[in-house]
Amino acid sequence: MIEGAKWKKWLWFYLPLSMFILGLLFPFYWMVITTLRPDGELYRPWNHALYSPFWTSHPTFDHVKNLIQETLFGVWMWNTMLIALVATLISLFCGVIAGYALARLRFRYAGLLGTGIFITYLVPQTLLFIPLAEIIRDYHIGDTPWALILTYPTFLIPFCTWLMMGYFKTIPKELEECARIDGATRWQAMLYIIFPIAVPGILSAGIFAFTLSWNEFIYALVFLSSPGQKTVPVGVVSELIRGDVFFWGPLMAGALIGSIPVAIVYSFFVDYYVTGMTGSVKG
Amino acid sequence: MGEVVLKNLNKMYDDVHAVRDVNLEIRDREFVVLVGPSGCGKTTTLRMVAGLEEISSGEISIDGRVVNDLPPMDRDIAMVFQNYALYPHMSVYDNMAFGLKMRKFGRDEIEKRVRQAAEILGIQALLARRPRQLSGGQRQRVALGRAIVRHPRVFLFDEPLSNLDATLRVQMRVELKRLHHRLATTAIYVTHDQVEAMTLGDRVVVMKDGLVQQVGEPLELYARPNNRFVASFIGSPAMNFADVAVAASNGALWAEATGLRLRIPAKKQAELGRYAGRRVTLGVRPEALRIATGADAAEHSFDSTVEVVEPLGNEILLDVRAGANLLVARVDPATRVKVQESVRLAIDPERLHFFDAESEAAI
Repeated sequence: MIEGAKWKKWLWFYLPLSMFILGLLFPFYWMVITTLRPDGELYRPWNHALYSPFWTSHPTFDHVKNLIQETLFGVWMWNTMLIALVATLISLFCGVIAGYALARLRFRYAGLLGTGIFITYLVPQTLLFIPLAEIIRDYHIGDTPWALILTYPTFLIPFCTWLMMGYFKTIPKELEECARIDGATRWQAMLYIIFPIAVPGILSAGIFAFTLSWNEFIYALVFLSSPGQKTVPVGVVSELIRGDVFFWGPLMAGALIGSIPVAIVYSFFVDYYVTGMTGSVKG
Repeated sequence: MGEVVLKNLNKMYDDVHAVRDVNLEIRDREFVVLVGPSGCGKTTTLRMVAGLEEISSGEISIDGRVVNDLPPMDRDIAMVFQNYALYPHMSVYDNMAFGLKMRKFGRDEIEKRVRQAAEILGIQALLARRPRQLSGGQRQRVALGRAIVRHPRVFLFDEPLSNLDATLRVQMRVELKRLHHRLATTAIYVTHDQVEAMTLGDRVVVMKDGLVQQVGEPLELYARPNNRFVASFIGSPAMNFADVAVAASNGALWAEATGLRLRIPAKKQAELGRYAGRRVTLGVRPEALRIATGADAAEHSFDSTVEVVEPLGNEILLDVRAGANLLVARVDPATRVKVQESVRLAIDPERLHFFDAESEAAI
C-alpha cells in the first residue's frame, strides 16, 4: 500500500482507532475501578476536595467479598453456566443439522423455509415473552432452569442455522461429492469431511449462542423468581438494587466477574471465530 | 473391466433440457473425451455417470449392470474434480487413503496402495503434508492419486487441468496419457479445450446444447466433421467459413463469392449437384491454404489482401480478406509478406468442406 504523509495516517487512522478503543474499553475500566473503590470514595460528592472519579487511592476487595458472602452469586454463576451451556449445545446441534440441510439438500421450499427461520429470529423477545410465559406456566417449568434452557433455543436455533447455512455454502460441494464417490454415505461424508471443515463455523456459532444466552435478561427476569434460580444478569440487578438504593460496588463486582467467562471463551477461540466469520477453505 | 453404455440419456432441469438423448458405448480401457462449449451438457453427462445427478430418463450401465439407481459409492468409479476437492483437514496420505478406509481395506493394503500410487505420481515426499501446503500441480497429482489407489472400473475426469497454468497443463496432459497407458482403465474425460480432447482421447465426443454432434477418433473429427459446429470447434486456428453460391458451368460445379471462384472437386460434384443455384457454406482449414506459385491452377486459387500478420515462429498466420470474406491462412514461416500487400492463395481442393446453409450438416 502506498502511504501518504505520516501525520495523515495519525490523523485518519490512529486517532480514530484510539478513540474507538477508549470508548469501547471505558465501561470495563469503570467496572473495575468501581469494584475496587471503597464505599467512602464511591459516595463522595463531586465537589469534595479529594473527588477523583477515575482513580482510587485505597483499592479494596470488600465489594467482591460482600458479593460472594452476602448474595447467592456463586449459585447464579452456576445457574447461568448450566443454562447457557445446555441451551447452546441444543441450539448448536439443531442449527448445524438444519443449516446443512438448507445449504445442501435440494428439496422443495428449502429457500422459503430458510427465510421463515430467519424471520422468527427477527421477532423481538419483548413480544415473545408474553405467550412464552403462558406456555411455561402450562408445562409447570416456571422457576426452573428448564424455563430458560427450552426458551433460549427459540432465538438461538434460527441464529445458529443461519450462520451455519452460510458457512456450509462456502465449503465446495465437490468435497462431499468426492467423498461419496470414495465410498462414504451422505452421513459419513457429513461426519468425516464437512463437519471437521466446518469447525470454525460451528465454534463461532457456539460462542455467539453462549454469549447471547449468558447475557439474556428478559426471559430470565420473567421466567425465574426465587433468588436461588436466578442467572447472573438478573440476580445482580434484582438483589443489589433495592428500591432506589444501588449497591454500586457489589453490582459492578458482579458485572465484572460475570463477564469473565465470556471473555475467556472469546479469547480462547478468537482465531477460529475470525475464520468462522470470514469463510472457510480456499483451494 | 470397465465398459460404460449410455442409452437415450436425458437430463431435464426445471425448464432446461441439459442433456438430450445421448447414446454412447465406451469400450473397456478406452479414453473417451467429452468436449464442447460451456453449457453443452458434457459435465452433466459425466455427473450422471458418477451418480451425482439424477437421470431424467434413459439408462447408464457399467459392465452390463444398470447403475441408474445406485449411489455413487456403489458404482466402482473414481472422479477427479476441476478444483481438486482435496480434503483440507487431512494429510496427503489420508486424502489418498480415505476411499480405501471407507471400503474397509486393511491397514497394510492401504499403506501398500498409497505408496504405490505416490510412487507412480512422484509425490512420495508430500505424503505428510496438508493440501494447502501444495502447489496447483501437486494438488492435481494428489487428486489423481486418490483416484488411482482405488483401482476403480472407470475414471471420471471433470476438467482436471483447467486450474493449472499453461505450461503445467501441457505437462500434466502428457502425464495423464502415460498414466492411462500404464493403468489401462476406462476413462471418461470432460473438457472445453479441443486440444486436450484431441491429444488425450482415443475417441472424442463433441457436444453442443445437450446433443451429441459427433463421435469419432480425433483425426476423423478433424478430417471429416459432421457439421459446421464440429468443423469450427475442432482445430486451431478454427476452420474458415465463407458463404458461397453453387454454380454450374462448363460441365463443372463452382463455388462462387465475391473475389472467390473455386472449382468443386469431381468427387464432391454428386452431392453438391442438387445445391446448384443455391447457397452453401464453404469451409477450409487455415492449413489447407498456402501462398500460390505459378504452378497452381487458377480454379483453385484466389487473390486476397493481407490485413494482419501473426508470426508464431514455426508458422505464420495471415489474416486476409478475399472479397467480403475474412480468412486465416497458415503459411510457411519463411514467407515474407507485409500488411496490405496482396497475395494469391492456393487451396488444396481435396480439403474443401461444404455445409448446408440451413441445417449446417456436412454435404
